[in-house]
Amino acid sequence: MAILVKDIFKKFGDFVAVDHVSFEVQEGELVALLGPSGCGKSTILRIIAGLETPDSGEIYLTGKQVTTLSPQKRKVGFVFQHYALFKHMTAEKNIAFGMEIQKKSKAEIQEKVHALIDLVKLQGYEKHYPDQLSGGQRQRVALARALATEPKVLLLDEPFGALDAKVRDNLAQWLRDFHQKSKVTAIFVTHDQNEAIEISDKIIVIRQGKVEQVGSAREVYEYPRSKFVASFIGQVNVMDAVISQNRIQIKDTDHVVENTSNDSLDEGDVVLLVRPEEIMLTPEKQQPNDLPILIRQIHYRGSHYEIDCELNGLNIKVIENKVDLNKEQWRENQQAHMHFKSFRIFDAEEGHERVHEKLKEAGYIE
Amino acid sequence: MKEQPGQIRIFRKKHYLGKYILITLVVAWFLVLTMLPVYGVIEGTFKNGWHIFITSLVTPASKHAFLLTFWITVGTIILNTVFGVILAIVLVKQKFKGKLLFEGFVDLPFAVSPVVAGFMFIVLFGPKGWIGNWFEMHQIKIVYAFPGMMIATLFVTLPFVAREVIPVLREFGLQQEEAAYILGASKWQTFWKVTVPSIKWGLAYGVTLTIARSIGEFGAVLVVSGSIINKTQTATLHIHQEFTDFNYAGAFSAAVVLAVSSFLILTMMQFVYKRKRS
Repeated sequence: MAILVKDIFKKFGDFVAVDHVSFEVQEGELVALLGPSGCGKSTILRIIAGLETPDSGEIYLTGKQVTTLSPQKRKVGFVFQHYALFKHMTAEKNIAFGMEIQKKSKAEIQEKVHALIDLVKLQGYEKHYPDQLSGGQRQRVALARALATEPKVLLLDEPFGALDAKVRDNLAQWLRDFHQKSKVTAIFVTHDQNEAIEISDKIIVIRQGKVEQVGSAREVYEYPRSKFVASFIGQVNVMDAVISQNRIQIKDTDHVVENTSNDSLDEGDVVLLVRPEEIMLTPEKQQPNDLPILIRQIHYRGSHYEIDCELNGLNIKVIENKVDLNKEQWRENQQAHMHFKSFRIFDAEEGHERVHEKLKEAGYIE
Repeated sequence: MKEQPGQIRIFRKKHYLGKYILITLVVAWFLVLTMLPVYGVIEGTFKNGWHIFITSLVTPASKHAFLLTFWITVGTIILNTVFGVILAIVLVKQKFKGKLLFEGFVDLPFAVSPVVAGFMFIVLFGPKGWIGNWFEMHQIKIVYAFPGMMIATLFVTLPFVAREVIPVLREFGLQQEEAAYILGASKWQTFWKVTVPSIKWGLAYGVTLTIARSIGEFGAVLVVSGSIINKTQTATLHIHQEFTDFNYAGAFSAAVVLAVSSFLILTMMQFVYKRKRS
């Protein structure tokens, strides 16, 4: 096991930043720590690197206890969101820094710097200072610098957070490819669910200093363990519902959704979560429990259409692929029917409104 | 509404008039306050020829005064650079109670009149002062001697290095140092290889200001030194002495030397300031 985080707890004043967090990272895995800003994910990364000391708990790197070890001795690579390049050094001097500290021979350093410049595709920029480089180029230098000392573990703190979309996608793809080839164990912190889904082998969802769920991108998306995870990863429609006699009734309507699973459901209040792509729209009622809705707006999104619908005053978002969508079929202010291809039910202890508020706080809906 | 070309021209003419009035005012002000006095000093020095200029500079009192100013300046540069950097690091990076108040006190030497400062040191380090008393018992002279003059100069130049380094250090932040630690550099290595190169131009500017002030300091040093010829007289005190003794040739000559050194420092300041900003 490359990284073991065991029951880490950290407070800043009265604020609990990391609340008894434990997880493992296997050798060669690329793991995303995903969560809204201020959830403690960066603090966890900094604790692994030795830049912060936990109040309690233990960190193991490649089987060794490193909890009290200084960052100098942990042999990790760290990439900062804002690059943290040495401004008074050229790109190649930045990359060579760690090896010079290790007192490697000049020839060895030169060879390695050359190889790393090739690896991050910065040929011709060796003598440039950080302020002569673009954001993407600076982050490449930072990556090369972190890799130069051949760390056992690579830690990346929002590595693409400060970059434009296009540059970010490029660099994310590069990281993915690089990881495929090198199989270096890596953790990267992100608040961007798409980034986490695209790049990582495993996603650790963090919320308010706690681990909410651990799993592959597919597991986390398809089988979210909580409302928070379901709402945070991907878009989702949230509806209050009540269960009685193994039937799910959407509140304030007389619409009933059949329980399609084999399990019988406990009676009581629940929230129903349906992803926009799990809703099918039809012009006519096709099944007895299809819900009549009103199409409000149709947005063109390039690869797909987003359709805002209304169900008894509740906004419902639907995504239809361009292939599925007979464009002539839908107009704004048109009546239609919807059918849930699949959905999830969560206990309603926090209620629909509060889920919305939480997501608002986290900046995921307006 | 689109502006007519004519209107623009009228507007510009008015604009130019204001501009010329302002420029004339500034140049006149500058001439009266700086260029005329400099001209006066140079003219006064050389109207009797080079010979007088040289002979009045090589008198024992004059040579001693310049040498003393030199050593005080060297001492101040070394001590205030080291202490100023430490002060800046403490104020930027450490958290402690009363830090804000303390930070305000760093500027105290700017606010206190040098003569008052000198007087404070006489009270404190004089033979009857409570620190001076201890030194007196151990036969170490502080006031009316070199150590007192050093202390007075250190006091008046205290804020320069710290004030220039603090903002640079703040902007520099912590991340580059953290990056260095993770790459295996010790705190000491990080300080010399990462921190110092990043603050060097701010530091250089602070040092230049310190030099200028050390050479030019008069009030505080006058009070603590007692201005004893050939003993505790610095270049500025020497000029004052010559002037009060009606030895204008000597005063002029020494003043020219200080004026030239000021010019050199000014040039250095401009150079360093440009580097600092880039």
